[in-house]
Amino acid sequence: MTSHVVIVGGGATGLSSAFWLRREGVAVTVIEKGIVGWEASGRNGGGATHPYSPLFREEQRLWPMMDDLLGYPTEHRPQRVRIAINQSQLDIMRSTENLAVQQGFKVEELDNKAMRELIPWVGDDVAGGAIYHYGGQANPQRTLQAYAWAVQDLGGTIMQHTVVTGFETAGGKITGVQTDQGLVGCDAVVLAAGPHTSQLAAMLGISVPVVAARAEMIVTEPVPLISVGGSDGNGLYGRQTLRGNLAYGGGPHEWIDLPDHRTPRAVNSPVMRSVARRLFELFPKLGHIRVIRSWAGVIENTPDGRPILERLDSPENVVVASMSSVGFGLSPATGRAIMQLVTQGRCDFANLDYLKLNRFEGLGPNWAEEVGWRPWSPESEEGAA
Amino acid sequence: MTRPIDHTSIAGKHFPTAEHVALVVLGAGPAGIAAAVEAAGLGVKVMLIDEHPVASALMGIDVPWMFGERMTAAVQNQGRMLEQIVAARPDLQAAFDAGVDVRLGVYAWGAFVEGPTSKALPGSLLGLADEERSWLIRFDRIIVAAGARDLGLAFPGWDRPGVMGAQGFAAATALYGAFSGRRIAIIGSGALAAQVARQAAAAGVAVAATIDATQRITAVLGEAEVEGIAFARLDGSAPASVACDTIVLAVDLVPNVEMFDLLGCKTVFAPEKGGYVPVTDAAGRCSPSVYAAGDCAGICDASIATPARAIASGRNAARLAVADAGHAAPAADPIPPADAADRDAWRRAFLAAHATDRALTICRCEEVPLEDLIGVRPPRYLDYDATKFENRDIRTLAAMGPVNQDQVKRLTRAGMGPCQGRRCREQVQTLLAMQGNQASGDIPMPSYRAPLRPLPLKVINAADETEEMRAGWTTWFGIPAQWLAQWEPAPEGLSWQNRHNRSYEG
Repeated sequence: MTSHVVIVGGGATGLSSAFWLRREGVAVTVIEKGIVGWEASGRNGGGATHPYSPLFREEQRLWPMMDDLLGYPTEHRPQRVRIAINQSQLDIMRSTENLAVQQGFKVEELDNKAMRELIPWVGDDVAGGAIYHYGGQANPQRTLQAYAWAVQDLGGTIMQHTVVTGFETAGGKITGVQTDQGLVGCDAVVLAAGPHTSQLAAMLGISVPVVAARAEMIVTEPVPLISVGGSDGNGLYGRQTLRGNLAYGGGPHEWIDLPDHRTPRAVNSPVMRSVARRLFELFPKLGHIRVIRSWAGVIENTPDGRPILERLDSPENVVVASMSSVGFGLSPATGRAIMQLVTQGRCDFANLDYLKLNRFEGLGPNWAEEVGWRPWSPESEEGAA
Repeated sequence: MTRPIDHTSIAGKHFPTAEHVALVVLGAGPAGIAAAVEAAGLGVKVMLIDEHPVASALMGIDVPWMFGERMTAAVQNQGRMLEQIVAARPDLQAAFDAGVDVRLGVYAWGAFVEGPTSKALPGSLLGLADEERSWLIRFDRIIVAAGARDLGLAFPGWDRPGVMGAQGFAAATALYGAFSGRRIAIIGSGALAAQVARQAAAAGVAVAATIDATQRITAVLGEAEVEGIAFARLDGSAPASVACDTIVLAVDLVPNVEMFDLLGCKTVFAPEKGGYVPVTDAAGRCSPSVYAAGDCAGICDASIATPARAIASGRNAARLAVADAGHAAPAADPIPPADAADRDAWRRAFLAAHATDRALTICRCEEVPLEDLIGVRPPRYLDYDATKFENRDIRTLAAMGPVNQDQVKRLTRAGMGPCQGRRCREQVQTLLAMQGNQASGDIPMPSYRAPLRPLPLKVINAADETEEMRAGWTTWFGIPAQWLAQWEPAPEGLSWQNRHNRSYEG
């Protein structure tokens, strides 16, 4: 019987796990090194359209209920439009195997006229695109605070500004989490610390192969609301917020070092001008709309870009969760899956067999260098992959 | 074996720069002009950048100062305004004569420098723009002389057209010669209010009243526009009102530190200097290549009264930068110590007197009232269950750790509008500190982000982007196995093993 779970990481995955565990009556303590939702969980495109994930159906089932379940607004909107500004983008879009359609979700093609009616800012010569009657998007910042408040409303504990320094183990289990605020006893642990998951797992002698990168977005002043908030393409992901701002990202990321438990401030780069360029190409009638802000975040990726979601064999009361740069949208489903992994050892609504750590057996210690996933500077040796 | 790079990453991307400048001076006020002239005189190539004349559309949203919609149509003629500004700043002639590359009407909207999450740049870059386009320059050293901003403070009616700041008023009268009002009321009782009164006299503008710290504003009179102001003594006696068409908020100024934040320089809250200011070493460096001069390093009454201190600090910054660049330069001149008033106390006193009505608008862009700010409520365009918030406010948030203004901004939207928080940033900080019973300096400075001026998409647009940027563009990383069904193993050709093996072939 699991009575107290410590969740390391107050991001989307950790807080959702805490929420679902608390709903099952399990005592939870979330340990967060800074402020809840502060890092990549609170700064991303807000998309909730992940048909390649085994958690996709649950993601789609849960999102429309999240405002009611959490008790606070998430700004979830249920659809997404994909825009092809030219024939080549349209051809690629059509040729891409649509995993959502295969799972029974509806995609409706849009021609030039239909696209212009739906989104008045596209070019007169827009090739077309599609509207997805699934997916959609939410406001990451608001959703993360909603998770945190819901956990507290249910009686869960959140310790902010608390750093995990080690683990106490006995009999093949973790019995306590050491922090700079003292020891927190536990019956089970969830490691959901994003790019820092690998440092934490290393304290248990477990290798979690993830490396960190910086990615960035821009946001404009508000423009009149369109009916579908998420409308992107042309190499960008993003959405119109319910306030009317356009928030978009895409393009080159930067691999970075994380030498310790801290997350350095993620700055913007001149890539933001190229994001603006693509947004101007996507919405040529909005050339006069002003960019008012930008931001960046730090995310982690595994060697194959797929999540690690597994309850370990040893210590057997530990769940490791790294979502490999796609965590926010899936978080309602991920948290519920992790709740099941903690309480019953297996997830009964999704096949997580191929998201285990054992797929990386044979991975060398220099794997990130070998694929170029390391910080780069003009002075460093340059070469081709 | 050559080291492989990830071609969808920033590695190997080239950012075209228009030029490489040894020394940039940002801001052509007294400090910036003095710095540029001094450095040029010592033999260094200098570019002096100033955003004025700014687009009238920016003035309309109180960027960079609170113009209060009191600029005449003359500001729409940028060519004429350029001549006006050169005439209003006669010292600029010395900069032209010294061979300084003077760029007026140019926005410095971004800085991109090496840091823990930024290693891929060829050097320090500055993002510049005019009304038509944006571009990057590379620089070795930069003297930031970005001056001061208006301190926005809320009072009943402060969101009316006709309420402006002291900097906005100075710009409207002296710099642009384009003030549309005739009769002003001044709010404030210190050196700044006295300065506004002097500028009004010089511009032939009548001063109907000066409302000092013993009084509070009870209402702005008029339907849409300002027609007058009503005020009362704090002790409750003698309510009064006067007719005026403009109200100039002149309680204090704020050091303009936005560029220091983008340049990666540390800031510290200094109540005696008017807010967050850059941290410098003993000689005055903010970093090995960044220097501060003039009001952006700290406000004091002596500097408001006369530009002498700013000029001296500009010269000293130039000498330091020139010496750091390896050239001969004279030693720094002594600057008299600044006065040390508790300027934070002025904000607190003003807000204690005026932020009493919970419906008072604090963030004008996002229409956030005081009660929503201190109650950490979602914006009003969202439906939410109000009972959920009955036991939540700034104090419950503070119980989980120091109140963070960026967090409150995300929840309430206070400071997230097109004016980029210029009108409410400081008062939100002060109100959070007052509500949470914290020192103002305990509220971390909310981050500044590029673009530091709202820039149209067609302007910030990277029209000069390279082919490899387009070729290497990926929406989200470039890991093919990520986008295929994850309820089965990755296809043989796309597994990490395959990527790993392939990397040796290059």
